[in-house]
Amino acid sequence: MSDSNQEIVSNLPESEDICIKVRDLRLYYSENEALHGVNLDIPKHKVSAFIGPSGCGKSTLLRCFNRMNDLVDNVRIEGSISIDGNNIYDPKVNVADLRRRVGMVFQKPNPFPKSIYENVAYGLRIQGINNRRRLDEAVEKALKGAALWDEVKDRLNSSAMGLSGGQQQRLVIARAIAIEPEVLLLDEPASALDPISTLKIEELIYELKDTYTILIVTHNMQQAARVSDYTAFLYMGDLVEFDQTNTIFTNPTKKKTEDYITGRYG
Amino acid sequence: MKNWFKSGSPWIWLSAATVSISIIMVVGLIGLIAVRGLSMYWPGQIHQIDIKTANGGTETVIGEVFDSEQVTKERLTDAGITIETDDHFINRYLYKTGNRDVAAPDFRWVIENNIIAESFPKEIVVFERKEWGNMYGRIVSVKENGKLVTETGSSNSAAVWQVFNERFSRARKLQEEITSIEKHEIGSINYEMERLRLKQKKLELANAFDARAKQEIENEKSILDNQYKAQQSKLADLYKQIKRDSVQVKISDGKIVNMPLGNVIRAFKPNAMNLMQKVGFYVNSIWLFVSEDPREANTEGGIFPAIFGTVMMVLIMSVIVTPFGIMAAVYLREYAKQGVVTRTIRIAVNNLAGVPSIVYGVFGLGFFVYFLGGNIDQLLFPEALPAPTFGTPGIMWASLTLAILTVPVVIVATEEGLSRVPISIRQGSLALGATKWETLWKTVLPMASPAMMTGLILAVARAAGEVAPLMLVGVVKLAPSLPLDGDFPYLHLDRKFMHLGFHIFDVGFQSPNVEAARPLVYATAFLLVCVIIALNLVAITIRNRLREKYKGLDH
Repeated sequence: MSDSNQEIVSNLPESEDICIKVRDLRLYYSENEALHGVNLDIPKHKVSAFIGPSGCGKSTLLRCFNRMNDLVDNVRIEGSISIDGNNIYDPKVNVADLRRRVGMVFQKPNPFPKSIYENVAYGLRIQGINNRRRLDEAVEKALKGAALWDEVKDRLNSSAMGLSGGQQQRLVIARAIAIEPEVLLLDEPASALDPISTLKIEELIYELKDTYTILIVTHNMQQAARVSDYTAFLYMGDLVEFDQTNTIFTNPTKKKTEDYITGRYG
Repeated sequence: MKNWFKSGSPWIWLSAATVSISIIMVVGLIGLIAVRGLSMYWPGQIHQIDIKTANGGTETVIGEVFDSEQVTKERLTDAGITIETDDHFINRYLYKTGNRDVAAPDFRWVIENNIIAESFPKEIVVFERKEWGNMYGRIVSVKENGKLVTETGSSNSAAVWQVFNERFSRARKLQEEITSIEKHEIGSINYEMERLRLKQKKLELANAFDARAKQEIENEKSILDNQYKAQQSKLADLYKQIKRDSVQVKISDGKIVNMPLGNVIRAFKPNAMNLMQKVGFYVNSIWLFVSEDPREANTEGGIFPAIFGTVMMVLIMSVIVTPFGIMAAVYLREYAKQGVVTRTIRIAVNNLAGVPSIVYGVFGLGFFVYFLGGNIDQLLFPEALPAPTFGTPGIMWASLTLAILTVPVVIVATEEGLSRVPISIRQGSLALGATKWETLWKTVLPMASPAMMTGLILAVARAAGEVAPLMLVGVVKLAPSLPLDGDFPYLHLDRKFMHLGFHIFDVGFQSPNVEAARPLVYATAFLLVCVIIALNLVAITIRNRLREKYKGLDH
């Protein structure tokens, strides 16, 4: 398919700790290969953005990190992804445990039809934590972490469905960070939001990167430029280029990347 | 014209008309049975009429107008009745004259032209009796142990009425005491005796009936025997007391009938009542109708056991059908691999809903009653054999039969609800580290619960109205005791029960006195509709609460 299959397309400085290692990752929907052998090293506690035209496989790649693709029928995955040295596609891996370590936020806010409090406490309750004090603390910490605490602290017991779209998205982020994952996957987290909510989410991402390794898929190149430290450009199921965001946007190595950045296609 | 069609107005009008027709039909149906059924409890005027008889004499008839119709002269002539009139149509009235025991028949057609005089005497009393239906007449005297207490003279009718009422309410109290002893105290003793007999037989079967066990059982038996004797002598005393007073009534043909007060259930003078009294009497009648046991082959009295049986059967059915249907739907929708097999099962389930209900009745009789029940008896109740315990129709088998009859509805509704829970919510839960089961239990099932309730509502509506299969698996004309009472183990799932739907059939078509029973058919039908509406309202309220709670579905 592509000549870049076996080559590791990343230029990480020596100083970065590597959190996730992707090796020759191929994904098939039935017989269609959607990812053609991706090799990638993702640095720890940094924001890495995935950009590329629609259908290039960015969301598919993102969903490989918490094995969300397992839920789709007829999906077959080859290759490996290691998080902190452990291959998550090892048959012995407990998928629920993995998803506790790799949180995910979806494109459309998807709060549960429960109270704000119960939404945030959901993941903890799943882990069997029912101590009221511990839950209270964790909920407050998560909501503060998602910059939502001041807006909802007086109505924690009202339904999450009554929040605005931007608040719902931050609630979902709070829900994800309440269980203290190592990696946070954001799948176009601001695409369904207005500009002010988008700004808030971006500020939030900036604050969260000290604690979490963040992977973000976005359609919006300005957003990628604003929030990310590293950027990966995908095209037709191939990882074309992965480098520091500055480099990608000012001085890309590959012609395809340059064409896309400058808006010649996509 | 063409534009009018294009605008869509005709279709709006058409659908509005259809909706109106549906509403009119529902309101009309309920209105008809309500009016027909509830009007029979209104204390109507009692007519006293003098009519010409065939041989030229006159005859007095006392009764209330029950029905009226117009007939042609030819028809009457054909029937052998000659009328001297030029009118082609002749009115005739159906009078309920009561007094079935002394002056049969108790319903009588009277041709209007034959009526010479009509009046509404205030002193006419209606006696509602334990047996033989109503009696209409005038009180002549009240006697105590055959000795005269008071007698109606020219001006003391109010005083006589008062004396009668005092003695009557005494008799009512005694009657209530007798009923209570017969039904509860002696009923309980009999139940305990039977249990003791079964216990002894069980021990005998296990070869463990030794001297000690024998002694124990003898002791208990003698205690029960003594209790029984005590109650019996109390009862005999009460019966003696209640026979003390009697009333003498002059009926329409002048005959004087002697009637013990113990036979009377209610006595009232409708012609002397004002509107308020009539309303009070009416409310009381309706209350008696819903709270009393039936009398006289179900044609008189109340229908409480039937209401109780219907509601209880539906509740037991709900308890069985809900978990079954939900589990089946969850498996089919969430766990089973979608393919030819699941599709076949789904088609089978949908077709199950279309099988005629009597077929379920036959299945219930063959499988539940004879096979399951028979085996349960062999295993658990061998001491009662050959008398069956569960190997005979009963409320549990009836509920189970209706549960399999309604389970497709619950499955279909639950599956519908499950499929409406958005995938994003499921993924949100899974992404937080929940397993599939945790996601189902904590998020998906609560969100699908309104749909489950919808399924249950449909199931209840269908089950409460079903009669045909019940006749095979547990409903009887008259059940001696309720399936829930004060005797251990309180809930008697093996008992037969009464049902409003069957009651309608029984009263309407199997009763010896069709004319008297007709209003009862309407009243029972109205009550059945009310019970179903009430059950549905409860379920709908719960569903709306749940919907309000989980209204995230629309986003």
